[in-house]
Amino acid sequence: MSRLEIPGPDKGQLVVEELYKDLERRIESSPPGLCPVDMTRAFIEMCQTQSCGKCTPPCRVGLWQLKNLLTDVMNGTATMETLDLIDTLSESIREGSDCPIGYEAGAMVHKSLRDCREDYEEHVRQGRCTCHYTQPVPCVSLCPAHVDIPGYIALTGEGRYADAIRLIRKDNPFPTTCGFICEHPCEARCRRNIVDDAINIRGLKRMAADYAGKVPPPECAPSTGKRIAVVGGGPGGLSAAYYLQLMGHQTTVFEMLPKLGGMLRYGIPNYRLPKDRLDEDIQAILETGVQVEFGKRIGKDITIQSLRQEYDAVLISIGASTDKKLGIEGEHAEGVISAVSFLRDVGADKSPDLTGQEVAVIGGGNVSMDAVRTAKRLGAKKVSIVYRRRTADMTALPAEIEGAVAEGIEVLTLKAPSRIETDKNGHVSGIYVTPQMISKIKDGRASVCPTGEEDFLIPCQTLIVAIGQDIESEHFAEAGVPVSRGKIMTERYGGFDNIPGVFAGGDCASGPASVIKAIAASKVVAANIDEYLGFHHIISCDVEIPEPRLSDREPCGRVELTEREACSRVCDFEGVENCMTEAEAKQESHRCLRCDHFGYGIFKGGRKEKW
Amino acid sequence: MVNITIDNQKISVPSGTTIMEAAAKLGTPIPKLCYLKDINEIAACRVCVVEIEGKDRLVTSCNNVVTEGMVIYTNSPKVRIARRQTVQLILSQHDCKCATCVRSGNCTLQQVANDLNLIDLPFKERFEDTPWDKTFPLIRDSRKCIKCMRCIQICDKIQGLNIWDVTSTGSRTTINVNGNKKINEVSCSLCGQCITHCPVGALRERDDTEDVWSAIADKKKVVVAQVAPAVRAAWGGEALGLSREEATIGKIMDALKKIGIDYVFDTSFSADLTIMEEGNEFLQRFTKGELKLRPMFTSCCPGWIRFIKSQYPHLVPQLSTAKSPQQMFGAVMKTYFAQSIGVAPEDIYTVSVMPCVAKKGERNMELFYGEYAGHDIDTVLTTRELTRMIRAAHIDPKSLKDRECDPLMKEWSGAGVIFGATGGVMEAALRSAHYLVTGRNPDPDAFKIVRSPSFETGVVEAEVQIGDATIRAAVVSGLGNVRKLLEAIEHGEVHYDFVEVMACPGGCVGGGGQPIHDGEELAHTRGANLYFLDKNAKIRFSHENQDVMKLYNDFLEKPLSHKSHMLLHTDHTKWDMPR
Repeated sequence: MSRLEIPGPDKGQLVVEELYKDLERRIESSPPGLCPVDMTRAFIEMCQTQSCGKCTPPCRVGLWQLKNLLTDVMNGTATMETLDLIDTLSESIREGSDCPIGYEAGAMVHKSLRDCREDYEEHVRQGRCTCHYTQPVPCVSLCPAHVDIPGYIALTGEGRYADAIRLIRKDNPFPTTCGFICEHPCEARCRRNIVDDAINIRGLKRMAADYAGKVPPPECAPSTGKRIAVVGGGPGGLSAAYYLQLMGHQTTVFEMLPKLGGMLRYGIPNYRLPKDRLDEDIQAILETGVQVEFGKRIGKDITIQSLRQEYDAVLISIGASTDKKLGIEGEHAEGVISAVSFLRDVGADKSPDLTGQEVAVIGGGNVSMDAVRTAKRLGAKKVSIVYRRRTADMTALPAEIEGAVAEGIEVLTLKAPSRIETDKNGHVSGIYVTPQMISKIKDGRASVCPTGEEDFLIPCQTLIVAIGQDIESEHFAEAGVPVSRGKIMTERYGGFDNIPGVFAGGDCASGPASVIKAIAASKVVAANIDEYLGFHHIISCDVEIPEPRLSDREPCGRVELTEREACSRVCDFEGVENCMTEAEAKQESHRCLRCDHFGYGIFKGGRKEKW
Repeated sequence: MVNITIDNQKISVPSGTTIMEAAAKLGTPIPKLCYLKDINEIAACRVCVVEIEGKDRLVTSCNNVVTEGMVIYTNSPKVRIARRQTVQLILSQHDCKCATCVRSGNCTLQQVANDLNLIDLPFKERFEDTPWDKTFPLIRDSRKCIKCMRCIQICDKIQGLNIWDVTSTGSRTTINVNGNKKINEVSCSLCGQCITHCPVGALRERDDTEDVWSAIADKKKVVVAQVAPAVRAAWGGEALGLSREEATIGKIMDALKKIGIDYVFDTSFSADLTIMEEGNEFLQRFTKGELKLRPMFTSCCPGWIRFIKSQYPHLVPQLSTAKSPQQMFGAVMKTYFAQSIGVAPEDIYTVSVMPCVAKKGERNMELFYGEYAGHDIDTVLTTRELTRMIRAAHIDPKSLKDRECDPLMKEWSGAGVIFGATGGVMEAALRSAHYLVTGRNPDPDAFKIVRSPSFETGVVEAEVQIGDATIRAAVVSGLGNVRKLLEAIEHGEVHYDFVEVMACPGGCVGGGGQPIHDGEELAHTRGANLYFLDKNAKIRFSHENQDVMKLYNDFLEKPLSHKSHMLLHTDHTKWDMPR
């Protein structure tokens, strides 16, 4: 008998560990719409197995009793008194247990009952549940534009890249662009997660875009003789113009800048979305017959009133292209610029020379990452992100943050800007920041408060502010278009009850959002403008989808897109990301579970072949 | 063509063929529960799984297509075990009280379980109890529902009313009325298509046979029955083991008499009466130019009436005001006929045998003008209830003889018989309209263009010449098709003068009260039977029905007379549908 032993692996524990991992992945891909009562019951069932058993009444017995009571609610055998009992029992478990195994479980039930009381009561009174499953095909449901993702993944897997592009365009006329820069909300709850990992949906779209060659747009419907003005040539305006043109309405886009694309051209740097690739999408849109008038600024060169007179319908999709202000001392100093105008200048080939400079960028979103990485490419000696919270709290996509870090960007977290220091010429020379400490979690997000340490100076010769965008609202208010908190306030159909024929969509109506959200909004307004004009055109695609493959779904790793090495990519503005190979694309697309066929999607809410 | 091997037999099938279809070609039926061709191909029941060589997991054969070189086993040990457990799991949530189930002997689950030789159940049972209004003509027994989803699909895809939906989540997921409502709060047309497509006894009509037995037992009551045209095309041939040739209307009359009904009639008589009223009404409205904008719609189908009232209430004035043949017959039975046999109207108990569930709703209408005896009809039985009564009376179907209807309202025309099939009302009306306008009979088959060429036909359009007038007619069946047609009319894409509507696909022959044959759509076959009877009928024109003429001469005066209006017409706006 030895005095001490090196513990060996316990088979039972290994199984439990694996179960936890399986559960984690399952939770990650869990569809919304499930019954909160049933989920609470199931969760408490697991919690009670975790009780160590020491605190006999509250945790060991109490959690089990809670589970029994919740089961009664689910079985329709509970009364309103049962709910009261759940309320007091969960509260006393929370108050009376020794450790979080008990008290957090009690708190969870207590919160569930408090926040979803109606669901509980429905079970008690009516013996039924008001919830129902809302994401039969998770990727399609979560894509704001509801692109037929299983369809184009299957097409890509068969090497039918042009068909994949055609199918995507039914719901999204920017397949190439989105292949590069879509935020891919579709991947968030991919059911493949339960097996191994989400499908690389965006990567497969990029694959289709890279290999499809030039794909002409579909034929337009016969001309209706109607004319539509679209104000703003960004992704929202161009998408709406595309669909309206396909519906047979002559559409004219008014763009204030010399080229089309809006934020895609003047906001997103070339290394993320090469402009020649953006032009592929724009070219296809223009091939439908969309007309463009450049250099027209709304409120100056044209007015809503005049457009209303001249056109049968007007769509406002001007985006959100002005910047939000920090509201601190020194903000107007020379060398302090907004990320929007900085990136716009770069997009317009008017890049400032930052050689040898120290550059600080305030903000933790994707625009901030674009700004730092662009500054680095413009020769800055040192580029820092200044952010008041932690890296984990940043709203930028993790991959963007990682890309920036790899390119040598400094990330200064927990630093709140306090004032801007200027030199004797009135030029920015640095930014004073107040050190912060992370603090209580409020509404699910960690807040910060000052540590009490002294403010200190981060020297910089250029300070870029990337804390959000707004719209130019003055003209709209004059034209009677309701504007509030930096947004145009439309009805849910994208129009205004008191200004018939005028619609708005995209960032200007939603607030700064993503490309795919702007495209989604453009579908809504295109359909509603069509209806407003007295038509009911259907947008569809005649590409036939391959039959789903019968496969055993053996776990298989997810193909990630590789990137050019950091040291060489920071020297130019060429694309950073490499496309997958055909072999990779095939494997990745064959991982797709085809939820449109296998699962609820084949019954309800599956493929939407037209809109 | 795709070359495959199924259970060691090689076969070539066109690409796109499902595994189930391919197996069927080899004479290997794969058991199934939820599958309904083109309507429910969702692989919910998992009974139809097969094994594919090289694949670990089983594959459902109903909705997966064969691929080149596929080697399939439909009954391997793996398949057998999985299939047995699947059915056992279904049974663990299906209240197997087969002895007291209307579908006993005609239940797909029973059949599948018996075929698999399942004699015990290793699983804990849990039946779902959802309260249901047992007075509603459509009954759902949640304890029997196997969640195959067919009812949802039929209502959504074929009837377009979306009455059913999936509710609750997880292992408690089930079917209920859409929006967590009660059945009497929604726009159910009572077409009964969900019943005839239910593989088990979870959906059925309200059983009213005991009411009829009580009336028969009541010495004071004179029980008078009518049998709808479509019933003869399905009752005995399908449900009682008679051949189609043997299962005549005369034998139904004989059975009814043996059961104890006092007087028996054929609804084809009042179908002829309906034509006299509705045909004249159409000509009147047409001539007055009232149909320039919108057509007149037929009004004999109560499912359709419920549909139009809930879905297109503004079109209700376009309905013919004529009651349905069932209701007309009831009104006449309690007046004209009651007088003739010297019985007080309140002692007449009227029973109708219908291929329909909505007729049970129709009889509820509280609309009395001249009957003085409450409802036109006291009890409506479906064809299925009729066969159950025949069985309950221990009548050997083989012993039945052809018996004529009772006098006074005995005669019927072929035109009245085809009321039971889609297009039949229109054709009957056109035959008589031609006579009314021109004073001479057309060739009886002159308007056969309005007949449906196949079960899948949703709408038949025809322009017919009657005298100087061109009548634009349309015939539509299946409420999904009806909705499409109404939308087209409302959008001005089509224009008709006269539209016949039947709620059930194929018309009453495919009605929700007809015998059930899982996986088969028999409406067209049954319809052909009615057209055959019409072809060989003694008279082919409603206006030549001598008993109808006598009814007018002796009692109603003439079509659209005041008395006719009081007894044979109705006000569709006097009752409400939930919307």
